[in-house]
Amino acid sequence: MSHSVELDHVGVTFGATRAVDDVSFTVEGGEFFSILGPSGCGKTTLLRVIAGFLKPTEGRVLIGDRDMTPLGPNQRPTAMIFQSLALFPLMPVWENIAFGLEARGIAKAERRKKADELLKLIALEGYGDRMPGELSGGQRQRVAIARALAVEPQVLLLDEPLSALDLKLRQHMRAELRALQKRTGVTFIYITHDQSEALAMSDRVAVMSAGVVQQVGAPRELYDNPATPFVATFVGETNALPCTVKGIENGIATVESAHGTLSGRAGDGLSAGATAKLYVRPEALKPNGGTNRLAATIERIDFEGAFALAHGMAGDGMPLVASIASTELAAAPAIGEKSGFGFESANAVVLPDV
Amino acid sequence: MSDLYRRFGGGLGTLFLALVGAWLAGMVLAPNVMMIDYALRPNLPPSQLGGPNDVYSLDNILYLANEGVHRAIFFKTVWASALVAFITFLVCYPMAFWLAQNATVNQTAIVLLALTIPFWINEVLRTLAWYILLAFRGPLNAFLLSLGIIDEPVRWYGDGGVLAGMTYAYILFMLFPIYNAIESLDKSQIEAARDLGASTWRIHWRVVIPHAKAGIATGCVFTFMLAAGSYVAPALLGAPGSRWFTEIIYNWFFEGGDWNRGAAYALVLLVLCLAVVLITLRIARVSLTEVAK
Repeated sequence: MSHSVELDHVGVTFGATRAVDDVSFTVEGGEFFSILGPSGCGKTTLLRVIAGFLKPTEGRVLIGDRDMTPLGPNQRPTAMIFQSLALFPLMPVWENIAFGLEARGIAKAERRKKADELLKLIALEGYGDRMPGELSGGQRQRVAIARALAVEPQVLLLDEPLSALDLKLRQHMRAELRALQKRTGVTFIYITHDQSEALAMSDRVAVMSAGVVQQVGAPRELYDNPATPFVATFVGETNALPCTVKGIENGIATVESAHGTLSGRAGDGLSAGATAKLYVRPEALKPNGGTNRLAATIERIDFEGAFALAHGMAGDGMPLVASIASTELAAAPAIGEKSGFGFESANAVVLPDV
Repeated sequence: MSDLYRRFGGGLGTLFLALVGAWLAGMVLAPNVMMIDYALRPNLPPSQLGGPNDVYSLDNILYLANEGVHRAIFFKTVWASALVAFITFLVCYPMAFWLAQNATVNQTAIVLLALTIPFWINEVLRTLAWYILLAFRGPLNAFLLSLGIIDEPVRWYGDGGVLAGMTYAYILFMLFPIYNAIESLDKSQIEAARDLGASTWRIHWRVVIPHAKAGIATGCVFTFMLAAGSYVAPALLGAPGSRWFTEIIYNWFFEGGDWNRGAAYALVLLVLCLAVVLITLRIARVSLTEVAK
């Protein structure tokens, strides 16, 4: 089993900026763990703290239950894959891959052998003597991964490595990364601002905003049970309906909104009388049925392929988005038509405003 | 060239071309052709110029080849210039790396200003400052004596003094090309190397220096050429035992009164310097166009 990574009340301050504020979570050994957040939320800072490039202002980093806070990146069992990949452009591919072995004083013949094995693993057999500049984006990506794996790290740290690739390649590399992680059993900590990437690949995800971890959980958990308004809006599409809480019973909150009385599952810290928002996903809104009814005038329908997003305007001027499966588009309301949508209370969550 | 005409029109375009042509002819071609002409002719009294003895020959160059002392000084100048380039490199590389990769914007500005300001002063005066510093009863000896590092004053003038003076004089010519080269290195490459467990030495040897090779070669070429053609530092800071080849050339021109032999000596120095530079670049696999950048 690979090492676990534990962050214990980690904080990082740059001058007057608080980049990371009191972050604590544990990544289990062998887990594919993502840190998701918008740019500038402190996720890369956090990754650099784990890698050892940055000493946290406070808190500790434990890798494999050992306190590694004072150690440098070359003394930690971690390997990082940089956003720019940072391949060495003047070394052939095999020397790139074997660089970590070279640093460990391993003989050249053995380095070459190991590099060739790794080239086989990443399906680039026979590319050892090429220069990185002669490879395509996806191939360079794989070389960077092989270079990191060559030192047999316990933890692989990935800093948005797919962001430079086009969509098709990115989807392909996602699957490949996931398969590689399962095969090697190495703990992956993956940084991304792309929520679909995080949801698709990870065992668990930490959502960060403004230096604070908002929620840690499995992708489904984040999507279905967001703990904070930020998570509710950042992870996936959602409709946020302003409302006032009238009462809470059996975990279901009844609220008063511009659409009348609605109900949804009550989030943490919700109390009667509080101003809150009711969050309901576009796919939970159905043209027919549902115990909670909303009305909106359809303004436009954006066709996205598998589904279409119907953008409507409610009576109070609030936008409303419903997702309609492409197979049901024929029965969809027309543009300009006033239409009713409904949702089940179990598919909505009410969170207090912060 | 057609682009030049399209942009500036016939009149202005031709003027620009003429100016460049005049500059090349007057500043580059003419002096060199004259030097070669002088070098290949014998030194004759005015009455015999154009006479039967005024013929082209390699006599002046062969004179150097057969004159043991001059020949030794010549080769010493070449390898000592290489040594100057190497020592300047050793001094500049760490500073250039620090400036390019680690220093803050303010630190870079202050250091570059501090390095540049002395160069607003004439080279002779700067060398004179070293002349004073290194004097037998000068501040350096006084300082070392007071610390007890030496028991009696050291005679710095000579090889050591020339080396120090030249290294100082050519720091910027080495620093800037290396600084520019290292600045363009993506910091994450250094981090990646460190992350993979490389020592500081290996990071520089395998990542930074290969990346900065063209800059290093440029700095070394500049420094080597300037050192080989230097006159002030050896004249002021040298000793009779540390004569520089330029001093011999000077002597032929202004004391020996033999301009032809002086020109021949200068020509040999030029050709050999060029050869050294081109061979070095070939060995380092850096093309001349990279240096010109």
